[in-house]
Amino acid sequence: MSDHEYIPKSKAGKWFNDRLPLLTLANHLTDYPTPKNLNYWWTFGGILTFCLITQIVTGLTLAMHYIAHADMAFESVEHIMRDVNYGWLIRYIHANGASMFFLAVYIHIFRSLFYGSYKSPREIIWIIGIIIYLLMMAAAFMGYVLPWGQMSFWGATVITNLFSAIPLVGEGIVTWLWGGYSVDNPTLTRFFTLHYLIPFLILGLVVLHIWALHVPGNNNPVGIDIKKPSKDTVPFHPYIVIKDGFALLMFMIVFAFFVFYAPNILGHADNYIEANPLVTPAHIVPEWYLLPFYAILRSVPDKLLGVVAMLSAILILAVLPWLDTSKIRSAVFRPLYKQFYWILVADVLILGYMGAMPAEGLYLLIARVATAYYFLHFLVILPVLGLKERTIPLPLSITEPVLGGSPNMAMAKKKESKLE
Amino acid sequence: MSDKKPERRDFLFTASYAVGAVGVAAVVWPLVDQMNPDASVKALASTEVDVSSLKPGNTITVLWRGKPVFIRRRTQEEIAEARSVKMEDLIHPEKDEDRAKNPEWLVMLGVCTHLGCVPLNDKGDYDGWFCPCHGSHYDTSGRIRKGPAPWNMEVPKYEFVNANTIKIG
Repeated sequence: MSDHEYIPKSKAGKWFNDRLPLLTLANHLTDYPTPKNLNYWWTFGGILTFCLITQIVTGLTLAMHYIAHADMAFESVEHIMRDVNYGWLIRYIHANGASMFFLAVYIHIFRSLFYGSYKSPREIIWIIGIIIYLLMMAAAFMGYVLPWGQMSFWGATVITNLFSAIPLVGEGIVTWLWGGYSVDNPTLTRFFTLHYLIPFLILGLVVLHIWALHVPGNNNPVGIDIKKPSKDTVPFHPYIVIKDGFALLMFMIVFAFFVFYAPNILGHADNYIEANPLVTPAHIVPEWYLLPFYAILRSVPDKLLGVVAMLSAILILAVLPWLDTSKIRSAVFRPLYKQFYWILVADVLILGYMGAMPAEGLYLLIARVATAYYFLHFLVILPVLGLKERTIPLPLSITEPVLGGSPNMAMAKKKESKLE
Repeated sequence: MSDKKPERRDFLFTASYAVGAVGVAAVVWPLVDQMNPDASVKALASTEVDVSSLKPGNTITVLWRGKPVFIRRRTQEEIAEARSVKMEDLIHPEKDEDRAKNPEWLVMLGVCTHLGCVPLNDKGDYDGWFCPCHGSHYDTSGRIRKGPAPWNMEVPKYEFVNANTIKIG
């Protein structure tokens, strides 16, 4: 945050700002000092904001045509696809938008894991992020149920049945969730309501996520604390805005590829068959972004423990700032952590692949090993590594390694004066 | 705080919080309970099925409370197989005699007790049912023998109204 008090130039602006300091906020956001070495992995925050707004806008327009009733939902979705003007486009953007949202969020999360962005003093930003991620999964799951196809119906049945694993009250909770004795119309209408609500909860949490970010400021690839503003920072506008904008354009090309050339490749053909409570599809698979957790669920042979393992795999991320004992943030200066990081990436990809395969034979064995390693990484490797690892010395500033340890004072002074 | 003797004011605070909590609970409960099965759902509690056309070795699936119910007319071999199983071999020990009062007729919810899929007929390692979702095997009495499901398929309340009609529920 800039030290000086912002005063609007115009008289009307000053009058308004004295009563509601929105212009001060806008000034804070544009002038906001940002580390000048942020790479493209840092552009996914902006991309995710774009994804959220896209989902809300396309979702609102779809809701004008969709009918949340077990007898009409499937047909109303086909009506959107065939009859509604540009309905096909809006629905394909919404359906693929969910996948793009998760693609971006996974890159965002793994960026944080690599550069240690979750560490002190950014734990709250991280935890809010994990809550957003959980809400995203809930919204995506309920959204997938709305077209009332076979995968919708049986996905809803399997996921809600996870709660029946809870001892004693499990069955009662499942009946309560369904509003009946099976997934049926009451389930559909409440899922629609919650699917509509959750994006706005996410929007609120995004505001908190960014607010919490603006207290300590961005982490950066070097992972050291920097003075703000200083020769190590640039104002958010125009420097970061342009960089984020360029990355967003690249991302939209990928997005558009899926929407226009492969709109159904990430979905499942069975969901174009209307829900039938008498027949379960031969092979039930969740959407790709949930597959690693699905693999963990299936790799435990006990029902309750399987559910516990799956939930723990997500919730363990919330306590990550305290499991990682290393004070050094960036993996650039942690030669061993860097290797374990890439093993974890491979492990999660393997779990995702195993989640898509039938749970038997070699697939099951590999899924079990990968599940064990996932927990080993967080519960054993990270705590021990922080205490044992010999890290590379950190530079004193972002500028120091570039200028060979003797910052050109004249240059730095000139830049600083520009910033002020 | 803890050193101080409780005063009139402490009593008033505690009493106010308690009344407030009761008030909040009274408001929250209707909002939670509205999600439970409503009267119209509960009203559909029983179904009558004509089973006169069912031959031995065949199964029909009917819908009861939105869930599939398997009605199988078992062959003598299937009955013998189900009744010869030792209790200690079962994950969820139940006698076939208790599950099928009339041994020829097996009536049970066609819902896998793992995560609620519909198991496939005449499949699996135990000649009964096999659930394609996560690989649970059931025997000719619908009892879980192998896989992640914790319990046998549930036998609902049912009765023979006459020789040809079963009333479920």
